[in-house]
Amino acid sequence: MDNSQNIIARSATTTTPPQVRGHVDEVAKLIDVSKCIGCKACQVACMEWNDLRDDVGECHGTYDNPTDLTSESWTVMRFSEYETQEGNLEWLIRKDGCMHCAEPGCLTACPAPGAIVQYANGIVDFDSNHCIGCGYCITGCPFDIPRISPKDQKSYKCTLCSDRVNAGVEPACVKTCPTNCIEFGTKKDMLARAEKRVGDLKELGFRDAGIYDPAGVGGTHVMYVLHHANDPNRYSGLPKDPRISPLVGAWKGATKPIMSAIIGITAFAGVIHYMTKGPKEEPEEHAGHGQDDTPPPHSLGYDATRPRGEDR
Amino acid sequence: MSINVTRRQFFKLGGAGLASSSLAMMGFAPEPAEASIRQFKLTYAKETRNTCTYCSVGCGILIYSKGDGAKNVEQNVFHIEGDPDHPVSRGSLCPKGAGLLDFVHSKGRLEYPQVREAGTSEWKRIGWDEALTRIARHMKDDRDANFVQRTAHGETVNHWTTTGFLAASGSSNEAGYITHKVVRNLGMVAFDNQARV
Repeated sequence: MDNSQNIIARSATTTTPPQVRGHVDEVAKLIDVSKCIGCKACQVACMEWNDLRDDVGECHGTYDNPTDLTSESWTVMRFSEYETQEGNLEWLIRKDGCMHCAEPGCLTACPAPGAIVQYANGIVDFDSNHCIGCGYCITGCPFDIPRISPKDQKSYKCTLCSDRVNAGVEPACVKTCPTNCIEFGTKKDMLARAEKRVGDLKELGFRDAGIYDPAGVGGTHVMYVLHHANDPNRYSGLPKDPRISPLVGAWKGATKPIMSAIIGITAFAGVIHYMTKGPKEEPEEHAGHGQDDTPPPHSLGYDATRPRGEDR
Repeated sequence: MSINVTRRQFFKLGGAGLASSSLAMMGFAPEPAEASIRQFKLTYAKETRNTCTYCSVGCGILIYSKGDGAKNVEQNVFHIEGDPDHPVSRGSLCPKGAGLLDFVHSKGRLEYPQVREAGTSEWKRIGWDEALTRIARHMKDDRDANFVQRTAHGETVNHWTTTGFLAASGSSNEAGYITHKVVRNLGMVAFDNQARV
């Protein structure tokens, strides 16, 4: 099936992806934190659309429910009570979930071919059929988003409703949002809307209002409008300058070609050795060790039926 | 059945397995790439417009069901989302509306009239005709017994305070008008509706 979502990057794959169809607009989801009322309609719509039903959890004394992302809760509202220097309380609510980075750490780290793909429109999607459950995507993610399911040991996260976007409709969370806090469109349009909103917030007195589109991961296709963009950490630990762990670079960068070369050299040396020396002859087994006339278990080198220590 | 593997054969097999899996992991065995990995689940679904049952806002919903209505299939609702053409909600839904699918399929959903007879603890299924007849009987008896025409001061009130009426919220203006006429004509005072909130 050919469509607007050409895959432009694929985990653990070295073949060049198709690049000719270049007129695909990058999409983006814009979350205006200042408009969110924490109703969690997005959480419900996400579960409904993606056929997920998480276990009913327990109340931990906060509105966070569930308290963390799970393999069946791909988005959660995080409620943070922040006290300002002036002594005011700010209730900061952030919709957490995959940021759909332009340079996805999960995809870079993933060793399973095709388990993580990136479409031309910017969506980073997990193909769980190919997932081997190693959890490297979690190590690679600067936002700590993917979760391994205890049911099938495969990794899951928000797909930005790639199926809906492909069919020309907005993601489920965007559609349901009653306060217009989540918007969807081309990244260009969303940046323009975000800037307008930041201007409004500044007029309202939020001098540090700004857009969260971190350059450390090449920009993201899920962006926030924050009233305190100077300190994103306030919003339940949103990283100020997210970067992919250097371990991922080492594993996929230097180590891979070196290891490939070692494998190649070993194979080559083996061929040369075979050509120059010939096959290795099996040494004749000497009679007397009991190897030739004993039943199969004895081929392990000891007699399991004999009591231990009998001849020691 | 037992498989006899010598130490030497075991190492050979293990080595070959490790080498081939390592090579595959390092990307020497790429698989064909697909253009998209997720299919749109509403293709060929039947779309039905409706109104959310919950509150007085009355958001528009689209109900998606499987099955085309042919006589040999039973249709099944499998997805509900907001109706973007609805003037009230324009496609948005609150968490309750967004979760309507599980409301539709809930095991606890009331689907037919039931009665718990006096002195029993069991709910018994009854037909609609029986239910409406019994309700009408109860209302008539109660109204005949407790209808107040005049107060102690002689003021005409014509009210009936011992029975209440709870009306649906997801009704049209016309349905609301008729409900109001029926209830007030009987002299009923305790009349509530979620649309009040």
